[in-house]
Order: sequence, then C-alpha cells, then structure tokens
Amino acid sequence: MESEDPEMEREDAEDEREDAEDEREDEEDERRRLRLVEAITALRGGRKKPLGERSEAAVRVSEFAVTAEGERQKVQLSDLIEGAQQSPAVPTQTRKQLQNLRRSQKTVEQPLSRQESERVQRDLAFQKAAVHVSRWKSVVTQNRRSEQLVFPLNQEPSGPKPLEKVVTGWRVQTPLEQEVFNLLSANKQPIHDPVLSPAEEASLRAMSLEEAQIRRAELQKARALQSYYEAKARRERKIKSKKYHRVQNKARRKEFLKQFDQMVKTDPNGALEELNKMELARMKERMSLKHQNSGKWARSKAIMQQLELNKDLTQKVRSSLSNLEEQEDRASDPELLPDFVNDAEPGQVSSNPWMRGELSAEPAEAQRSEQEVAAAAAQKEQHEEGEALLRDFESRRKLRQKEEEEQEAAGQDVEDSDEEEGPADQEEEGLSEFRSLFRGVAEGLKEAAATASSAGCSSAPLEGGLIRIRTVEDAELLPPEDVELLPCSESPPSAPQEEAPPTGQKARGSKKRKRNIELKEVLTKDAKTVTVPLAPTLTDTADGSDEELDQRGLIMEAFAGDDVIADFLRDKRKQEDAAKPKVVDLTLPGWGEWGGQGLKPSSRKRRRFRVKVAPAEPRKDQHLPGVIISEQRNGSLSAHQVSALPFPFENHAQFESAVRTPLGRTWNTERTVKKLTMPKVLTQLGTIIQPMTEEELARKKASAAGAGKEDPHKTKDQKRRARKGRKRHQKQLKQGSGRTEGIRCECKVDLVD
Amino acid sequence: MKVKVLSRNPDDYVRETKLDIQRVPRNYDPTLHPFEVAREYTRALNATKLERVFAKPFLASLDGHRDGVNCLAKHTRSLSTLLSGSCDGEVKVWNLSKRECVRTLQAHEGFVRGMVVRFCGTSFFTIGDDKTIKQWKMETPGYGEEEEPLHTILGKTVFTGLDHHQKEGVFATCGQQVDIWDEQRSSPIRSFTWGVDSFSSVSFNPVETDLLGSCASDRSIVLYDMRESAPLKKVIMTMRSNTLCWNPMEAYYFTCANEDYNLYTYDMRYLEKPLVVHMDHVSAVLDVDYSPTGQEFVSASFDKTIRIFPKDAGHSREVYHTKRMQHVICIKWSADSKYILSGSDEMNIRLWKANAAEKLGVLAPREREAANYSQKLKEKFQNHPQIRRIARHRHLPKSIYHQTKELRVMKDARRRKEMNVRKHSKPGAVPVVSEKEKHVVTVVK
Repeated sequence: MESEDPEMEREDAEDEREDAEDEREDEEDERRRLRLVEAITALRGGRKKPLGERSEAAVRVSEFAVTAEGERQKVQLSDLIEGAQQSPAVPTQTRKQLQNLRRSQKTVEQPLSRQESERVQRDLAFQKAAVHVSRWKSVVTQNRRSEQLVFPLNQEPSGPKPLEKVVTGWRVQTPLEQEVFNLLSANKQPIHDPVLSPAEEASLRAMSLEEAQIRRAELQKARALQSYYEAKARRERKIKSKKYHRVQNKARRKEFLKQFDQMVKTDPNGALEELNKMELARMKERMSLKHQNSGKWARSKAIMQQLELNKDLTQKVRSSLSNLEEQEDRASDPELLPDFVNDAEPGQVSSNPWMRGELSAEPAEAQRSEQEVAAAAAQKEQHEEGEALLRDFESRRKLRQKEEEEQEAAGQDVEDSDEEEGPADQEEEGLSEFRSLFRGVAEGLKEAAATASSAGCSSAPLEGGLIRIRTVEDAELLPPEDVELLPCSESPPSAPQEEAPPTGQKARGSKKRKRNIELKEVLTKDAKTVTVPLAPTLTDTADGSDEELDQRGLIMEAFAGDDVIADFLRDKRKQEDAAKPKVVDLTLPGWGEWGGQGLKPSSRKRRRFRVKVAPAEPRKDQHLPGVIISEQRNGSLSAHQVSALPFPFENHAQFESAVRTPLGRTWNTERTVKKLTMPKVLTQLGTIIQPMTEEELARKKASAAGAGKEDPHKTKDQKRRARKGRKRHQKQLKQGSGRTEGIRCECKVDLVD
Repeated sequence: MKVKVLSRNPDDYVRETKLDIQRVPRNYDPTLHPFEVAREYTRALNATKLERVFAKPFLASLDGHRDGVNCLAKHTRSLSTLLSGSCDGEVKVWNLSKRECVRTLQAHEGFVRGMVVRFCGTSFFTIGDDKTIKQWKMETPGYGEEEEPLHTILGKTVFTGLDHHQKEGVFATCGQQVDIWDEQRSSPIRSFTWGVDSFSSVSFNPVETDLLGSCASDRSIVLYDMRESAPLKKVIMTMRSNTLCWNPMEAYYFTCANEDYNLYTYDMRYLEKPLVVHMDHVSAVLDVDYSPTGQEFVSASFDKTIRIFPKDAGHSREVYHTKRMQHVICIKWSADSKYILSGSDEMNIRLWKANAAEKLGVLAPREREAANYSQKLKEKFQNHPQIRRIARHRHLPKSIYHQTKELRVMKDARRRKEMNVRKHSKPGAVPVVSEKEKHVVTVVK
C-alpha cells in the first residue's frame, strides 16, 4: 500500500492540485499509522531495531543515490517542489515549467559509458585543435611558394638607427604611464628633455616695447621699399623699345666694368671670382649655339655683327690650346690652304678629323673611296670602272656646288661687308679654282693606280711570292705623295678566302702536317696574300710594319709547309663523298648465262641488277665553304643528355627552355644575375633562428591584406611581365631552334673569322 | 658649321678607384653567344666536382664523457653552448667555439634520460633513471659553492622524456603517462593516459605552443593539447616510433623516427597516412631534429650513420659517418642552421657541417656570388646524368652498402610476390596498398 501510494499520485498528476489537501491528510494518516505500528511492536517486547547500514565514505557520490528521509523511500519531485507551488516568491513562469515537467512522461536516458564519453571529448578536442592549427595554412603555403626565405624571421636591420626612428618607435608601456603622459600632453608640459613648457618658451622669446616699435618701423619701411621697386620693375618690363634696353644694357655693362676696375684694385680675390663668373657666362653663351649663324635669318642679314661676336667668344679657346695645335689650326684653316697640305699630317687626320673642318674631312672620304676602289678592284674590274665613273660625276658635281656656294658667299660679302674683304674673296676664288684643278689631277692618278693594282692582283695567284716587288713597282708608278704601299697585313680579309681553293689544291700533294695552329698566322702565307695598294694613311707606322713583317716572316718560316685550309677542304670533300649514296651492284655472275674466268655479265643484266639510290638531299653546308655540318648522331654526347623528362616539368619544350635560359653574368645583366642566383634560403651568420611565432601570422595576414588592396595594379604588372617573359621566351626558342635542336653543328674551322 | 661630337660620360667606363674591378661593357645579344648552354653545363659540372672535392663535413669531436652520450640539449640563447648527458648520469656543458668542456656535474644516478634548457636560457632541467626531475642553474657555481640543483622533484615512476614549453614556465615529462608540470609545483598539473603504455619521448610544438606529441611503446604516436583534459588523437603504426620532432616553421607537420628504418612526416590534422616516408637508413632510427629553418631535418640511426633529409624528399641528400662513430643515440641541429651535433654510443659528441661543402665563416661578396651562382647551376643541371652521378656519389661503409643492397633485394622480392599473388587472384581481392598506407595500422579517436 505504501509503495503504491506514490505511484498512484504520479498517475493522477493532472488533478493533483485538487488532491493536494487530501494527500496531506493521507500523509499525516500514514505517519500516525507508522507510529502506531511502532508502538505495537514495542509492546510486543522484542527489541527489533533495524540495523543501520554501515558504509564507507564513497569516493564518488552518485546523484542518483540521494535518499529521502525515510530509509527506503525515493525522493519525489513533488516533495521538492512543494514549497514552490505555494510561495509567492517563485515566478509564475517557473511554476509553469515545473508543472510541465511534472506532466511529462519521458524517462531520462542512461548516460554514456566512460570510454564513450572520453572518446567524444577527445574527438571534440581534436577537431578544435585541428581548426586552430589550420590558421597557419596561409603562412605555410606562402613560405613554400616564396622565392626566397630569409631567416631569422623577425629581423631588424643591424647597425645604429637614426634618432628620429628610435623616438617615434618609442611607445608608452603601462596604463599608468599612459595616463601620466596623457596628463602631461594635455597640459602642454614637456615630455622629453627640454624642461620648459611652450608658454615659458614664448615668454622668454618676447621682447620689450621699444624694441618692438623699432622693429615694426623697420618692417614697414622695408615693405614700402619693396613695393616701390616692384612697381618700377613692372614699369620697366613693359617698355618695348629696343633702343632703351640696348642703352640700358650698355650702361649697365659700363657700370659693371667700372666696378670691376675698382674691384681689381681693392679686392683682387673678388675680382677673380667675378672674372670666373664672366668666363662661365661666356662659355655658356658659346655653347648655346646662339651666335652660330646657322639659321636662315642669320644667313640672310645681320650676320656680320653676330659673326664678330662669335669670333670674340671663340677666340678664347684657341688661345687656351697649346701653340702647336694653334699652328695646326692655322694650317688647316679651310679658307687658306688646299687639301694636300692636310695630307702632310695624316696622324692628326686620323685621330680627330672633326677638328679639321670641311676640307680635311674630304680627303678622308677620298681615302675611304680609294679603299673601296681597291677592294673592288680585287674582285671585279668592270664594277670598278663603273664606280670610277660614278665617282667622277660625284666629284664634278661637288666642285660645281662649291663654286656656286663660294660665288654666292662672295656676292653676299660684297653686298654686306666692307671693301677690305674684297681682295680676300678674290684670293679665295683663285684658291678654290686651283684646288678643283688639283683634285681632278689627283683623282686621275688614283684611278690609274687602282687599275694597275687590280691587274697585279689578278695575276697574283700565278706568280706567288713575287707580289710584293710588283706592288712596289706599282707604288713607284703612283705619285709618291698621294698613294702609298700598304703592308700585307692591311689587305682586306675577304681577299685571301677568294683565292684559297686553287692554292689548297696545289698544296694537296704535300705531306701530313701538324694542326691546331693559330689561324691568323697561317693565313698569312704569301701564296694567298693579295696586297692592294691603298692611299697613304699612316706614315709613322712604317717602322712598326717592318717589325711586323719580320715577325710574319718568322712565323711563315716556322709553318712553312703547313696548309690547314687545304686539309680542311680535303676533309670536307671526304665527308661529302662518304655521305653520297652509293650505287649497289647486285649482279651475280653466272646466273642465267655462262660464267667463268674472263667472262663478264652482260651489260643488260648489270643494268638490271644495279640498284639506283635516290640522290641525297643537298648538304646543309653546300653554300658554306668554311663550314662542315655533320648530320650524324654523335654517340659520345648521349652520355651527357637527359633521357627522360624530369619531374616538375610537364613537357619537353618547358624543360628545354629552362635549360636554355643562361644564368651567368656573361649573358645577363648584373641585376638579372642577382635575381637569378638568389639563394632559396638565406640565413644570417651567428644568429639564432627562433621558431615561428604568432606575430608572424599577424604580419603575414596584414601583408596579404595590403596586397589584396593593391591587387589590380599588381596583377596588371605581373601580366605585363609575364607577357614580356613569354615573348622573350619565344624569341629564344626561335633562336635556339636553329642552333641546338635537330642537327648539331660542328664548326671545325671558320675561315670567315 | 655644325660640329657633332661623340661624347661619353667618363662615369660610365672609368672605375672610381683602382681597387675596383674594371668595367667590362658587354653585348648581351643572344645571337652573339651561341654556346651558352654548353658553357654553363661545363661550369655546372665543374661546380659539382668541386663540391665533392670540398665536402668535408666533420669538424670536431668532443670527448670527455665516460659513458655513452644519451641526450643532448641546445642552449636557447647561446649558439656556442651545448649540454650533454651520458649514461652514467653525468651532464657536461660544452663551449663549442673552443671545443672544450666548461662544466661537469653528476646529475643523476643511472642514465640521464632527458635534458632541456628553459626558454630564457638561465636554467635547465634533467631527468634520470632515479625518478627525479632536477632543475639546474646555467651558471657555473662560484668557487667553493656546491653543485646543487635549484629544485628536485621526486616522481613516482621513471621518466623517459622531457620537453619545455616555448614561452611559459611549463614542462612535460613522459614515462608511464604524459605529465604536464608547472615549474612552481611539485606535482603535475595534468596527466594524460590512454591505455597502459610507456612513453619514450614527448615534445612540445614550437609554433602552436600548447600542442604536444608523444611516442608510446604500443607503436603509437599520441597528440595532446595542454589545455584539454584528454588527449587528442592516436595513430598506431606497424612499428614503434622512437622520437618525434615538430617542424619549427610549419605548425602542423611533425616527423617521427621509427624502428622500421624509416622516418615519417605527418600532418597532425590527417593522421590516416603520412605525407612522406623517408627511407634510407638500414637500421632503427633513434633520433630526429629539424633544422631551425624548417627546410630539412637530420636523423640519427642505430646503423652508425647520420642522414640529412629535405623535409619533403623520400630519400636523404647526405649521409655522414666515420669509422669510429658507433650507434648514434641523439642528434641536434644547431640554432643557426649551420651545424649538426651528434652524440653516440662511444662517448663522443661530434660536430658536423650541415652543408658538407660550404665554406665556413664570412664570405667576401664576390665569393658569395660565385657560390650562389654555382649552386644555381647545380640545380639547373641536376637532371643531367653525369652531373647527377657525381652529385649523388657518397662513400658508404661496406656493411651499410651491402645492407642497403640486401634491403633492396628483399623489397623487390616482396613486391614481386605481391604482384604475383595479385595476378593469380580475383581482381580486387589483393588491393594495391601504397607505401605510405602500409605503415599505418589504425587511427584511434
């Protein structure tokens, strides 16, 4: 009954409110009944007290083992919340919740086992840790991708820092300090070393009343003066009259001169400075091309004045140069002397032709043309003739132009200048006439010489070593002051190559010789040299050339029988022959006809069984006489070649381009080399590298954010760079395909060099 | 008359002092340099050969211990200081620049199992077989002073491993369980157990400073968070791991040295399979330490060699050995990433260069540029057979050489057999298991 009672209660929980009073009555009844039962049992005399359980203090007390006041009774929810129902202190919401709780039928689930709960706990903790540690991902990937890693990470530049930086970098540390400094700055008190506050400083700077008045008056006066001068300047600037300005300038100059004279007496140092200044101004003006009378206007009128000025300005240079140069200048003055005078000093001409002016330049040109003529003469006579004709025309045209110009100039001179210049012009005219005449004569001579020399050259291969003597004879034929013999070394390099094959053939019969000889020395064999008489250029080189000749003679003697070119040609021919496809004769004597000694298979049969091979493709070096291109695979190279595509590369082109890009400073600019050879990891000597810290994470994040802001610019820039790189790459590919891919060129001897 | 004159600025071609190098104007037009690849190849070949010529990694041997060196500790503040503990309980402090012992103290009875310097560098901790943790001052005691520890903690069980927190006064030990200790208390503030194991090593993550990892004798690696009450995760491998080292630059990577001759680099978030299996040793790997740059690590093995691995390469780039060096017990990479220190069974500590052919000391700028250039050349042509052959060539002790061969034969045989089995069984019945997956038994949550 007792045990049923509470169950009953739970069952009719809905109408508990109504039953609450009844219940209380029931309980009281029960208590009474219990007391009665006890009393009765006590009356029976048997002292049967229930033994109280003895228990140890448990380590853990289960929340489910709470007992009610009676021994075997369970605590009911109703027992606990009884008071809550009545007391007005409990809010109604709580009451409602309690009611709902009482009404609900659900039993609480059994808690998880310890193992399981621990596992859940671990799993959660791991997930948390994994997420937490993943925030380093950006840093890690960034570091893996970066071209260079610099350790230690939080590096500060070594060496002393500027004071400003230290001061600005200094921060208030603790809140107390911060408060103190806030107070100080709010009251305008000095924080750093200066002990005075701004107000104190201002009071110190203040002055007395009289002083202030005087100062004010001064300032007023100065301002008035300034305005007056400004007005004056404005007025003067508005004046357009040239005359006024000229007069004024003149006056100013005079004044200055006077001052300068005085200065010379009183203050020589200052005068010197002034002089320097003047000099500088003069130099500037001289450099400014202002008085060069090069414009149209300058030519037409008012030249004289400017010319004079120019002369004045330029005179200083002449005086500053050495005497010798002055003499030369005078000698080379185009107005006074004909061109052959210039030729007397060829060294000067070659060294700085622009110092000579017009006339000295022309002989140089003439020389060049002579050289050209000579070279051409070595190749074709016809061509030479044509060129001579052309040159003739050219010279005539030039002469005519010159004359016209001079006439014009003379006319102008007559118009503009005084009578003094008249005779000079006439003189000039005479000179120019003489010059033109002379030039005509000289050129005629040159042509003759050129033809003679070309004749000599054409006969050169036949006559071998006698050339030099012949050329001397040639030289004798030529006018001595105009044309001079050149040593063999000066001969154009292309000439021997032209002559090479016949001599090579001639010398083929000779014995075996040494190789690996300096090409240039060998190429000086007298059999192949073609000396061409050229116009005189350097007279002072005569001694040197003699020595050189001696040297050459020695070398020639040493390698007398050596003919590398012939060897090379033989080599080439041999290779050509070897590469030619051969006709295979498959005729078997005795098949289908009589065989035996002295019997030959019939021609028909032979024709039939001869396998004709298709002609080989033209050789790549067929038009390159100095080169042998071998298209055979060189087995010794394969040991050095990569057989399979290495890992990070995706295709062959990529790998090849990577290999082809040179790194060294022989092929790249300094900056590129620095960039290309930048080491992947940079550490500092003798510093401890600390592990990465949280600061690094923050810094990387900040930098990434900064980069994100400037992203459009950066990407554009990168794109441009990438495009450039691609272009360059393509270019390289094109260039490279010629030299490395496919055939391997073997340049044994390069004659063109 | 106009005169045009070529003018050049002397600054462009005149050197400032006669000590400068002459300026050499160059034309970089590629058409003028037809043989650049061939020339650079020759240079690369020469650089590689020279590297092999100059590869002399062994610098010094520090002798003085009277028993095998069992543990090493780097000083956290001074590059030239090294601490070593031996199997007879002796701890020695070395000055590396002078290569001499500056202090000797009898720290424990029996082995010194572990040693670590506090992050501030003023004191260090040792643990020993006598179940004690001792804290010592870094300074040498003055004349007449006793060599005494600052603190001594008597534990219940033997400690086998020790590591200190990167920033706080907290350290971790391992033995029967992993304990986290506060420096100020004599009992652990936290203990982690997960099954009944004995742990061989424990190590703090230097970046994510509250994480720890430990190697247990049940072939597992267990991860912990110091702030949590329970461990995080456990991965069980086919064989036992001896030590574990975290990458100091990449927070979630660690490498463990295993008994099965390999090293494994794991991402702590994905323990199902290692990222890289580093093979090359021919005996159990006993210790591993990362370079402070986090790019490479060095391992010490029972096979009497030291090997240097790039962090993501399956094979070592370098092997160091000497005739006299026996089983290498402990190894450290110096804090400036230039040297390697190894302690071995035969009582010696050896100092090695981390880059065998590197020139030590200050380099002149041109020297440095030349070194950089040759380094890049070697990298550029590293795939060319001749260069690779020369660069890879190492002399190995005969036993190791033969053992390597033997292992290769065994591996090949195993693979062949597996292939044959697969060939003769139902398709899919014998799945292909990658090398990485082979070594992980299970991951326990």
